[in-house]
Amino acid sequence: MVEAPRNPGSTSASAAVDSRGIIRIERLEKTYVLGEENIVRALAGVDLRIEQGSFVAIMGPSGSGKSTMLNILGCLDRPTAGSYFLGGEDVSRMSDDALSEVRGRRIGFIFQSYNLIAQLTVIENIQVPLFYRGQDLRTSYDRCVELAKLVGLGDRLTHRPTQLSGGQQQRVAIARSLVNDPLMILADEPTGNLDSRTGAEVLELITHLNQGGKTIVLVTHDDKVAARAHRIVRMKDGRIDQDIYRTAETAGLRQPERP
Amino acid sequence: MIPYQVIITVKLGFKSLKLHKLRSVLTMLGIIFGVCSVIAMLAIGEGASFEAQEAIKRLGSNNILIRSLKPPEQSRQQTSGGGRGGQIKYGLTYDDGARLQATIPGVVRVLPMRIIRENVRFQRSEVPCQIIGTLPFYPEVTGASVVRGRFLAHFDEEHKENVCVITTGLARRLFPFQDPLEHAVRIDAFYYRVVGIVQERSQPEQRSQSGKMEGQPLDNNVYIPLNASRTRFGDVLIRRSAGSFEAEEVQLHQVTVQMRDLAAVETADPQVKTLLSRFHDQNDYEVIVPLQLLRQAEQTKRIFNIVLGSIAAISLLVGGIGIMNIMLATVTERTREIGVRRALGAKKSDVMMQFLVETVVLAVGGGLIGVIVGVTVPLVVSQLTTMKTIVTLWSVLLAFGISGAVGIVFGLYPAKSAAELDPIEALRHE
Ligand SMILES: Nc1ncnc2c1ncn2[C@@H]1O[C@H](COP(=O)(O)OP(=O)(O)O)[C@@H](O)[C@H]1O
Ligand SMILES: [Mg+2]
Repeated sequence: MVEAPRNPGSTSASAAVDSRGIIRIERLEKTYVLGEENIVRALAGVDLRIEQGSFVAIMGPSGSGKSTMLNILGCLDRPTAGSYFLGGEDVSRMSDDALSEVRGRRIGFIFQSYNLIAQLTVIENIQVPLFYRGQDLRTSYDRCVELAKLVGLGDRLTHRPTQLSGGQQQRVAIARSLVNDPLMILADEPTGNLDSRTGAEVLELITHLNQGGKTIVLVTHDDKVAARAHRIVRMKDGRIDQDIYRTAETAGLRQPERP
Repeated sequence: MIPYQVIITVKLGFKSLKLHKLRSVLTMLGIIFGVCSVIAMLAIGEGASFEAQEAIKRLGSNNILIRSLKPPEQSRQQTSGGGRGGQIKYGLTYDDGARLQATIPGVVRVLPMRIIRENVRFQRSEVPCQIIGTLPFYPEVTGASVVRGRFLAHFDEEHKENVCVITTGLARRLFPFQDPLEHAVRIDAFYYRVVGIVQERSQPEQRSQSGKMEGQPLDNNVYIPLNASRTRFGDVLIRRSAGSFEAEEVQLHQVTVQMRDLAAVETADPQVKTLLSRFHDQNDYEVIVPLQLLRQAEQTKRIFNIVLGSIAAISLLVGGIGIMNIMLATVTERTREIGVRRALGAKKSDVMMQFLVETVVLAVGGGLIGVIVGVTVPLVVSQLTTMKTIVTLWSVLLAFGISGAVGIVFGLYPAKSAAELDPIEALRHE
């Protein structure tokens, strides 16, 4: 399926037509002005639609704009031009506080280096996004315990990050990314710091989540990781170079991105 | 933020500080010392000034005290060319008393006193005392209270009765077993019947150090009618010193002028001085105005407090800078954590609050320890020495409040810089 740009005049109509597209990016650009002559176009006009429940791997050489892309998808950064609809909401021009809110409610992050908070226990780390939503942590405690069990750490609730192995830490991070029941989970090289066996376990867990219906977008250099995805988006020089669907019915179908 | 979030944030602050216990304690030291020194020094200052003020109040703030002074050697008036080593005459006279009573506006009473040192005997015991010849209204002017019996009466004065009133301390010493009332004590060659026991306004026995404050009568006092003193002892007193006799003529040793109120004391002060200087051509008296001493003591205390406040302010400032320095380091060190929190939904204000609360916890924690140490130190000091210390509630609250304020003031900048970090940069930070 080719994701061609729609008629610019009918964005709201298109949102209504295809409500399954939880991410719609249109002519997205990110430019860094480093000096008079030195302008870096980290993203040079990207169009992308990601459906609910899909598992997308973003690949590409270093410097091709993957991280920039993921930062914008994660509402950590704002595009220079173009628009970004997340769940039907234009988030490309939101205020800093509103973006924080979106991150806290609709997006789950998994980082390469786990990024747990050192002074908190496993269960407290899982609770962090709920805290920033202003929730009473006592009412959601049981759910957090369930999540810890889901990732296989039901017996490590009061451990500190330093008392856990890398794989265990990444599992905590996965539980944390799920706690706010996000629209999608963004993962930047989630297995990059892990040995192949624990990496495979973590990947298994992520795949499992996707099978449960979670939308997953991950950046990876690893073909074995990408092999689990339904769709592989290859980037080059700030553009989408290849967009490959690997689902049963479209496996192997190459789809040039630019019309 | 709802209170619940605040509680969680405070707990988080504690957790973060517990991660580096030694560093946190070292950071708090500045505040601990600052707060501790404020409270301890204020307590010691407060105690000292309390004692000074008590001593002054014992003299009576409505009173003006005039005391005879032996003039310096050169300026002495030789009253008699007599051969006996020389007799000098100085001091206040009965006329001075009468003049003060008659001319100073606002005078309630003028209380004359003759103070003679003499041993007082009862049976086999003998105690060196001050024999004070005075008038019946002595208790009203000095605030002494009659414990038993009565004070001297007008009747005693008129008839130069051989009666006396003794202080409680002397009663205990001279009459350990008997009832002093209706016994007679011997002074010189005469017997005086004890008619009453008085308690001075203070208990100089307990604070003999400060009790000797300017002319404060010691506890071994015997009061006899002024007229009796005059007739029994005469105006000329012989003093033996260094093998030679010295005779001096002193009519009154002290005159206490009781004024109507504090305002009257202020106006009367220069009038008394002027009046006396007209009739004394030598400097043989001194005027003590307890009210002025009190004012001076208060002024001294104010200055003391200002100096102390400055020292405290400087030490708290240094403590605050120390805290700010550590918090800035903490922010740098925890840049990654800040990025993670931002990614997980923290707003700038949440990050700001987190670090501000952490700084305040640090400062107030230091303040709390400082208060505990600061309250303990004066207790120990007053246990080990005779120094009186008073820990006032306001000094504790002030110290505590200031440490909180230091936390906020010096926490603002680090917290702000934490909040302003770019989430992406922060996440990339090693
Ligand atoms: N903050 C920045 N300032 C300037 N240039 C940047 C910044 N972030 C990224 N870039 C540039 O944008 C391009 C894309 O970077 P990035 O998205 O990190 O690539 P990738 O993650 O695919 O390696 C690179 O050329 C990089 O140098
Ligand atoms: Mg990258």
